[in-house]
Amino acid sequence: MAEQPMIEMKNVTKVYDNGTVGLKNINLKINKGEFVVIVGLSGAGKSTLLRAINRLHDISEGDILIDGESITKAKGKNLRLMRRKIGMIFQSFNLVKRSSVLRNVLAGRLAYYPTWKTTFNLFTDKDKQRAYEALQSVGMAEKVYSRADELSGGQQQRVAIARVLTQRPEIILADEPTASLDPKTSRQVMEDLKMLNEKYDMTVVANLHSIELAKEFGHRVIGVRAGEIVYDGKMEDTPQSVFDNIYNGGKGKEED
Amino acid sequence: MSATDRDMLKLPKKKFKMWNWVWVILMILGLVLSVNNTQTSLPEFFANFDQFAEIFVQMAQPDWSYAGTAIPYLVETIKMAIISTVIGSLLAFVYSLLIARNIVHNRVITGVLRFIMNIIRTIPDLLLGSIFVAIVGIGPVAGILALTVFTFGVVVKLFYEAIETIDPGPSEAIKAVGGNGMNNIMFAVMPQILPYFISYALYAFEINVRASTILGYIGAGGIGLQLKNTLDMFNYNQTGMIILVVFLVVLVIDFVSTKAREALMR
Repeated sequence: MAEQPMIEMKNVTKVYDNGTVGLKNINLKINKGEFVVIVGLSGAGKSTLLRAINRLHDISEGDILIDGESITKAKGKNLRLMRRKIGMIFQSFNLVKRSSVLRNVLAGRLAYYPTWKTTFNLFTDKDKQRAYEALQSVGMAEKVYSRADELSGGQQQRVAIARVLTQRPEIILADEPTASLDPKTSRQVMEDLKMLNEKYDMTVVANLHSIELAKEFGHRVIGVRAGEIVYDGKMEDTPQSVFDNIYNGGKGKEED
Repeated sequence: MSATDRDMLKLPKKKFKMWNWVWVILMILGLVLSVNNTQTSLPEFFANFDQFAEIFVQMAQPDWSYAGTAIPYLVETIKMAIISTVIGSLLAFVYSLLIARNIVHNRVITGVLRFIMNIIRTIPDLLLGSIFVAIVGIGPVAGILALTVFTFGVVVKLFYEAIETIDPGPSEAIKAVGGNGMNNIMFAVMPQILPYFISYALYAFEINVRASTILGYIGAGGIGLQLKNTLDMFNYNQTGMIILVVFLVVLVIDFVSTKAREALMR
């Protein structure tokens, strides 16, 4: 008997209010500890797919199970507790620029506290230490009291990774984590994600533009075009032609 | 090199727009008509200019001994401005969060509250002063109430617009870690909006100091009452003294407040 998938999407369809179809009948299983890269053109639905998983976007039809539990049906506190298990990395880092690095990283623990405690900034010493250790593992320890806007883009993304690490989720969704970074820092950020995947056994699902990075870090490739999954396979079995197809808007496919 | 300089087209002349001239002529016509209709007369405006010069000369020789009388009233004026700025801004803070559409997503609530705000904002400060003098009687309390409402109007308008322009990214991140609405406000929204709030409250304070000097005129406390008294008794030297101290205080407060706001926005 196969183990229970970490993420399971069943017949998921998303239609935006203006009638645009974001996702078309997606069926997908992702197991614990996988490193999945999603590739596709801009506007193909990669972002929508990721944001459906932690319900930053609501879906129109179907169901999404996280570790066997439906997030689609979850409400209020239950939904927040499920989101606690799912960390997210964003293209634009989404740090609070005027806050300190430490405060940004501690935000990863928010859902572990009652609201009034965080409102008065009553984080435990254990969590502060945890945050500091997370910063050390991404090499940002010396910036702990700096303001986030003093950091470069690559450094901000690594702080965002520290935030996710502090959250201790089981799943990490990375939405174009390297799209606003130069090649060298992109690689560092991907190494950090790899570390989370291997050292902490977190399941990573990343949208990537760069085929090169996708090939180097992904174990499994999912190709998305016009809201549909057009390819799903192990990275080592995936020939270059698959990428060419996905990025040429299907022209290559017709020639096959 | 496919196109050399010679191959490039000359910048074409902008098209002549007939309508622009029509509008200019219409506006001049409108001005002439309204001047005629309201019987405005420029010569009349300058007719009493010699008298103006006379008063100005007297005011330019302030009665220094009057400072002892003027300054306590000025202090009262500043107190009025401080109290009303604090109360008005705090009310505005909460209200602004309630009408910012990126915080409260219910369009009915924001719509109704905005409508109320717009009504409050249309009332000028002097009218507010008169209303409160009628309600609570002559004295600084009426002035404080008027300025509180006025501060509220100024800060709410500026502040809710600032809230609506904040970066939505951090809020998305807080939502993704499993945070609730209050977490979002405390961790993502507050750090972004607090500098704006303090800046707008200081700005309202600048306006309040100036406005409160006038409010005394209608009996709402402060130095305005003395301004009126000295003018009524033709003591222009004393008026000059009042204007001088008010001018200095406003100058200092504006300067300090401007510097403080610049430092905040960094």
